[in-house]
Amino acid sequence: MNIQDYLLILIGTVFVNNIVMAKILGMCPFFGVSKKLETAIGMGAATTFVLTLGSGTSYLINQYLLGTDLAYLRTLSFIVVIAGIVGFTEMFVRWASPVLFRVLGIYLPLITSNCAVLGIPLLNVQAQHDFVQSLLYGFGGSVGFSLSLILFAGLRERLEGADMPAIFRGTSIAMITAGIMSLAFMGFAGMVKP
Amino acid sequence: MIGAILVMSLLAVLLGLTLGYAAVRFRVEEDPLVERIDAILPQTQCGQCGFPGCRPYAEAIASHQADINRCPPGGEAGIRKLAELLGVEFKPFGDDAAPTKPKSVAIIDENVCIGCTLCLQACPVDAIVGAAKQMHTVIASECTGCELCVAPCPVDCIHMVPIGENVSNWKWKYPVTILTPAH
Repeated sequence: MNIQDYLLILIGTVFVNNIVMAKILGMCPFFGVSKKLETAIGMGAATTFVLTLGSGTSYLINQYLLGTDLAYLRTLSFIVVIAGIVGFTEMFVRWASPVLFRVLGIYLPLITSNCAVLGIPLLNVQAQHDFVQSLLYGFGGSVGFSLSLILFAGLRERLEGADMPAIFRGTSIAMITAGIMSLAFMGFAGMVKP
Repeated sequence: MIGAILVMSLLAVLLGLTLGYAAVRFRVEEDPLVERIDAILPQTQCGQCGFPGCRPYAEAIASHQADINRCPPGGEAGIRKLAELLGVEFKPFGDDAAPTKPKSVAIIDENVCIGCTLCLQACPVDAIVGAAKQMHTVIASECTGCELCVAPCPVDCIHMVPIGENVSNWKWKYPVTILTPAH
């Protein structure tokens, strides 16, 4: 592996195989916390932290603890470990930076139930990534998640003030917007050849 | 089978140890009571309680340095909530704090206003609109009646006008039960 391949993984996960826009994972926080730009940024930062750590740890567990004969424990142990990391992160952030804790607030524990956070370690196993690749894949995936979340929050803030028929207001226009955004992200598909 | 149980137990023990250690190592001394008191206070940051804002007042209540009856914008309803949270008796506004007033809004006498913007800066809830050398006016629905704009006005053109009960602000009264000593 050389530096170019790592760069390809990063760009590929952020734009081409964006976890929200292309893989349609993590829809719950994508719609849940995208009403305000501020909360979207907070959620993005928290997810990036946990997901990078989580994919690294999950790789280690899968490689050295589970192996091939205990592969059926993969999902279970990943969930347990991610929940543990989220708990640890919450305590650490609270201790290290009360300001950041106030910004992230409720979003930290919410990450536990974010399916993208479980999805990326499982995709890592499927793609047979090594340790550094797993870390990069986790980081890139969560940056992609933050990117689409923040873009979507910006759009939704604008849409709040838009004059539209009552039937489209709220979640319906959000769904339509997400669909159009997903179409737009398909434009990246030819950028990197897998 | 045994291997699976061992692996999961090992994971659980490791995570438990890590989290247990983190809970001790990264312990944060924080009084959850302050947060809950602060949530009840109206966040006008008006300072009529004698503390520089709502959170300092909440901290003072939590450490028993201040009474619960010092927040005029919160009104009697606010004191009632505080009394319920802290498990103490409800008490009316103290003599040393502002007395209970009928809910009122600030009204600017627009003929007298010179457009000095001093009241704009004093208003904690941005309920006054206007610009330098332009007439100011109060958005009545935003005004909390905190009276902070009255003092800075150099021409004394701001008056507090009580708002009477009308259809839009009428509420059920709190039941008043008179306690009589048992015989």
